[in-house]
Amino acid sequence: MRHIWIIAKRELQSFFDSLMAYIMLFAFLGFSGFFTWISGSDIFLVGQANLDSFFNIAYWTLFFFIPALTMPLFAEEYRLGTIELLLTKPVNHWQIISGKFLSTLLLIVIALAFTLPYYFTVSGLGNIDHGAVWSGYLGLILMSATYISIGIFASSISKNQIVGFLLALFIGIFFHIIFSILAGSFTGTFGGIFDFLSLATHYDSITRGIIDSKDLIYFLSIISLSLVSTEAVISRKNS
Amino acid sequence: MDIQIERLSKKYGAQRAVDDISFNVKAGEVLGFLGPNGAGKTTTMKIITTYLRPTAGDVKVGNYSVTENPEKIKKMIGYLPEQNALYEDMPVIDYLKFVAEMQTIIPGKIKDRIFEMVITCGLEGEKHKKIGELSKGYKQRVGLAQAMIHNPEVLILDEPTAGLDPNQIVEIRELIKKIGREKTVILSSHILAEVEATCGRIIIINKGKLVADGTPDELRKHAQGNEMLRVSIEDGDKNEIIQAIQNIETIELVDWSSIKADTIDVQSKTEMSSRRAIFQLCKEKGWVLTEMTPVETKLEDIFHELTMN
Repeated sequence: MRHIWIIAKRELQSFFDSLMAYIMLFAFLGFSGFFTWISGSDIFLVGQANLDSFFNIAYWTLFFFIPALTMPLFAEEYRLGTIELLLTKPVNHWQIISGKFLSTLLLIVIALAFTLPYYFTVSGLGNIDHGAVWSGYLGLILMSATYISIGIFASSISKNQIVGFLLALFIGIFFHIIFSILAGSFTGTFGGIFDFLSLATHYDSITRGIIDSKDLIYFLSIISLSLVSTEAVISRKNS
Repeated sequence: MDIQIERLSKKYGAQRAVDDISFNVKAGEVLGFLGPNGAGKTTTMKIITTYLRPTAGDVKVGNYSVTENPEKIKKMIGYLPEQNALYEDMPVIDYLKFVAEMQTIIPGKIKDRIFEMVITCGLEGEKHKKIGELSKGYKQRVGLAQAMIHNPEVLILDEPTAGLDPNQIVEIRELIKKIGREKTVILSSHILAEVEATCGRIIIINKGKLVADGTPDELRKHAQGNEMLRVSIEDGDKNEIIQAIQNIETIELVDWSSIKADTIDVQSKTEMSSRRAIFQLCKEKGWVLTEMTPVETKLEDIFHELTMN
């Protein structure tokens, strides 16, 4: 556990050292703030005391930002060769993967923490459904964790960061939108399967305030599958 | 901490990078690992550090095997890889702290160890700089510092003096020798003088196979075989001198030296010495012996002979 934290701390430090963290925070807060308060179907247009417009915009911004954060995690280590020193320290693959996963998730949580003033502001404007807001945040965190795990897997494939970025987006887009489109064009069993695979289905149900074990299992399965695959890729590279 | 390499092989696809190598290294020994590029030095070192898995055979560090207990071995080993890749955007001191924490040094002692390493490796003036801003020599020092920070029983150094200036090379060699008195050190190098200066024992590998193993003196004796002398004699007829030396019965071959004018290269028969006989001859004839130097085979020659076929 200590090793996971040491690695997470170093990665988090490196996000801030490389300005990546500042750019991400600035862009995320800029986009979500702009579309929540100023333009499009913003809160004043909708006229209801809820954060649905924020959750809708965060659903898309995080989808694009997360691959940019995860793309160097393993690709850079392999490109520079620092992976050799890391793997010859008394840590195992799982501690390294978990540390990197945790560092990115922490950065997302920090970004989301900066949006809490939206919640306090809106709750002053009217009767807000507190449960729905907190479950909305939970949904965003689960979705982020899912894309982080996919991004880490993509980053472990190649030494090239761009490959990691594009591969993460390519895998992600299926869960993000393609499965839900397919679910709409199929009926019966196939429609059901695609509907279950679509991340939007589970995200929507959580942001509505319903925390179902079925949704939790969905997110946790994708996260585990991606991280197990990452471990397999790393083991293979060093065999 | 002893290291045993037992019938170690490593294949990359069809290519055999390391081919059935066995040797032992004892505690308190500095082992020099020599070989041309691509001989399998780095691969062997990477297997000892558990970074690569062997195709066949085993390496034991202490009582632990690299295939069964890599976690235990990692704690006992300090490793400086050939590329010496470090996190470029980290300041030196933060990086050493990260490594110290990874090596599970007791938190109360981390500061002392970092301070000690900064002094030992001469990083005092650079400790707050980012690693990416350092020159190659200083990066190498950071690499050495991170390898030694947890005071490991075994040090694996892949070309430790690459990129250092002559003064630094001397310092680092002294440091390695000092560490080598108590710990087990394996270092690889292309620079033969360096290996001779720091290592008590040399192993030469070529094309994945072990071709020589011994102290520098043993290797020299082994390659040399017969005694070689360079002799210079004055006050006599040149042809008569040559003729007289040739008649000494312990002598195999006599010829004018190709290197130095008016000197003679004398090769004795196997396991025989002709030095006394040459002196006696000069005394009898009244010649003056102005030079008699034993010609030593240089390590370069041994290396060349063993790795060029």
